[in-house]
Amino acid sequence: MKQLMSFIRKEFYHILRDRTTMLILLGIPVVQIILFGFALTTEVKNTQVAVLAPSNDEATERIIEKINASAYFDVVERIHSNNEIQPIFRDSKAKLVMVFEDHFAQKLKQTGVTHIQLLADATDPNAATSFTFYATNIINSYQQELIGQNVNPYQITPEVKMLYNPQMIGAFNFVPGVLGMILILICAMMTSIAIVREKEMGTMEILLVSPMKPIYIILSKITPYFVLSCINFTTIILLSVFVLKVPVAGSFISLVAVSLLYIFVSLALGLLISTMTSSQQAAMLISGMALMIPVMLLSGMIFPIENMPMPLQWFSSLIPAKWYISAVKTIMIKGLGITSVLKEVAILGLMSVVLVGISLKKFKVRLE
Amino acid sequence: MLKYLLRKEFKQILRNAVLPKMIFVFPFMVLMVFPWAASYEIKSLNLSVIDNDHSTYSRQLTQKIISSNYFKLTDVSANYKQALKSIEKNESDIILEIPVNFEKDFVNRQGSKVMISANAVNGMKGGIGMTYLTSILADFNVGIIQRLLPSTTSISAVPIIQIDSQYRFNPHLNYRVFMVPALMVMILTLLCGFLPAVSIVFEKELGTMEQINVSPVPKATFILAKLIPFWLIGFIVITIGFIIAWVVYGLIPAGYFSTIYLFAAIYILTVSGLGLVISNYAHTLQQAMFVVFFFMLVFIMLSGLYTPIDSMPEWAKWIAAFNPLKHFMFVMRSVYLKGSNPIQMLNELLALIGFAVFFNTWAVLSYRKKN
Repeated sequence: MKQLMSFIRKEFYHILRDRTTMLILLGIPVVQIILFGFALTTEVKNTQVAVLAPSNDEATERIIEKINASAYFDVVERIHSNNEIQPIFRDSKAKLVMVFEDHFAQKLKQTGVTHIQLLADATDPNAATSFTFYATNIINSYQQELIGQNVNPYQITPEVKMLYNPQMIGAFNFVPGVLGMILILICAMMTSIAIVREKEMGTMEILLVSPMKPIYIILSKITPYFVLSCINFTTIILLSVFVLKVPVAGSFISLVAVSLLYIFVSLALGLLISTMTSSQQAAMLISGMALMIPVMLLSGMIFPIENMPMPLQWFSSLIPAKWYISAVKTIMIKGLGITSVLKEVAILGLMSVVLVGISLKKFKVRLE
Repeated sequence: MLKYLLRKEFKQILRNAVLPKMIFVFPFMVLMVFPWAASYEIKSLNLSVIDNDHSTYSRQLTQKIISSNYFKLTDVSANYKQALKSIEKNESDIILEIPVNFEKDFVNRQGSKVMISANAVNGMKGGIGMTYLTSILADFNVGIIQRLLPSTTSISAVPIIQIDSQYRFNPHLNYRVFMVPALMVMILTLLCGFLPAVSIVFEKELGTMEQINVSPVPKATFILAKLIPFWLIGFIVITIGFIIAWVVYGLIPAGYFSTIYLFAAIYILTVSGLGLVISNYAHTLQQAMFVVFFFMLVFIMLSGLYTPIDSMPEWAKWIAAFNPLKHFMFVMRSVYLKGSNPIQMLNELLALIGFAVFFNTWAVLSYRKKN
C-alpha cells in the first residue's frame, strides 16, 4: 500500500510540475463547452431569402412581411426576373427563393387560386426541408387570415406538449453530447501516453525491475488523471448549469456517479492504447485523431443512432460515449433517477473491467 | 539544401511504423463507414397511443397514422402515466392521446381535441415528429369532412395559394451528397493538422532538433522542408477521397476537380502552417497534441459541417469567419453540388490565401534556433 502511495505521488509530480500542460488540460474543456454549448444547434434560423414578386401588390407585400418578421427568415434581396435566380444560388446570396405568380393579389381575388414557388438550395438537405416547411406554414397562416373567422365546426385541434424541453432549446440536446465527447477524448489522450512515454524515455526499465505489480503501476497511472478529470467534470457541469442554463433535472448524485464511472472507462481506454503502442506519437494519433471521429459520429451526439444502418448501430454500442450520453440525457434532461439508467451503468461497468483486464494482459513485464 | 532536407523528411515519414498506414487507411475507413451514419433524416418515430374513445374514428385515425410510414406503433397504453413510462424508457418518441367522446364531439360539431406529447430532449426530432403527426391529423380531418358533407360545400370559395417547392442541387435530398465532401475535408484537416504539429516537437523530444539548430539551414528552408511532405500527403489523401466518392457513392463534382485542387493546395498550407506554429511553441508532444486537438475540434464544430452556421449566435459567426475549415468546406460543397468556379468563390480564395500566408509566416518567425 505504501508502495502504491509513493508511486501515485510520483505520478502527481509528473503532472503538477508541468504547469503549461496542466493549464492546457484544464482550460480546453472550459472553452469548448462554452463555445459548443452556445453555437451548436440544428435549428434553422435566419435563412436568407430572395423574393421575386412581379406584381408587388398588397398580398405579396403582406406575405413577404410575415416571412421577414419570423425568426426563421431574413429577406435579403428583391429580384426582378427569373434569370436572376440561378446567380443567387451560385453566389450563395440566399438559400430560398420565393417566386410569386404575376398579378398575385388580382388572381387571388378573381379566381381564388394563385401560385407561389419555393426554390430551396438543398445542398444541406436537413435545413432545406426545415425552412421550406416553415415558409409553407407562414404562407398557410396568411391563407387562414384570408379565410377569416368562419372556421368550419368540424375541427380536430391538436393540443401539443413538448416534454422535457418545451422551448426546444438546442443546448439541452448538445450539452450532454459535448460533455461525453470532451471527457472521453481528453481522458483517453491524457493516459494514452502514460505508459508509452516511460517506454520511450527509458524509465520503463526502472519500473519493470521494481517490485511493483503491473496492476499497481496501472492504478497509479490512472489516479492523478482521474483527479484531473474530476476537476474538468466539475467545471463543465458548473458552466452548463450556470452559463448555458441547462438544469440538472434529476438526481445530481446519480449524475456524478455515472460520470465517475465514465471517466474511469475513458482513462482505461487510454491506458489500453498506451500499452498497445510503441511510440508516444502513435498513441497520441490514435487517441486524438482516430478516436475523435467515431465518438463524434456514432455516439448519438450529433446524428440519431436509431436511423443508422444495423451494422453501424451494433458498432456504436462499443463506444462508451453512446451509453454515457444516453444516461446523462435521462438524468439531466428527463430528470429520472439512477434506476432508469441501470443498463447504461452496467455496460459502462463491464467496459471498464474488460479494458483494464486487456491492459493488464498486454502490459509486458519484459523489455522487447 | 532543401533537397536534402526533403529527403530526410520523407524518409522520416516513410520509415515510421504508423504514419504511412494511417495516410492510406484513415481516409479509406472514414469514407467507407461514416457517410452511412451521418444523417439527420428521421425515418421512423415510435408512437404510443392512448385511445380512450374506442370509436370508429379513433381507430381510423390510428390506422392512418401507422400506415403513413413515419410512425411505428410501439406501445398502446391505457393512460397517460403508462405512456409516459414508455417515453422514459426510450421505447416511444411521441404520445397520441385520444380523449373520450372524440367521435361524438366531432359529429356534434363541438370540435374534438387530441393531445400530442413529444419527447423533445432532441428538440429537432421532437419538432419533426410533432409536425408529421399534426399534418396527418389535418389530412384526416379534411378526409372525414369530405365524407360527411356534400361535395358542393364551400371549399372552393376559400382562396387557395398553391405552394410548389423545388429542391435545387440535391433534388432527392440525399444526405450523403452533402456529407461525403465534408468528411473529405475533415480527414484532410485532421491529417494535415495533427501530423505537422507532431513533427517539430518530436525532433525536440528526440534531440535531433539540436543538430538542425547548429546547421546553416535557413529558417524558411527548414519550415518549407517540413511543409512540402504534408502538402503532398494532402494531395494523396484528397485524391483517395475523390476515388472513394466516385466508386462507392457515385459522386462526381458538378464543377471541376482542378478547382478543388487549387483550393486544397492553399488550404493544406494553412492547416499545416498552423500545425507547425503549434509545434514550434510546444515543449512536449503532449502539449502539441492537446493544443492541436483543441483547434481541430473547434474548427470542425464551428465549420457548418454538422450544424448550420446561419443558426449560430452572432459572435460564433465571427469566429467561424476566421475558421479556414469553414471556407474550404463551403468550397468543397459548392463545387461538388453547385459546380461553382473560383471567381464565384473569390472571397473564400482570398480568405484562404490570407490564412496560409499568415500561419506560414508565423511558423517561420516562431522557429527559433536559440533556446
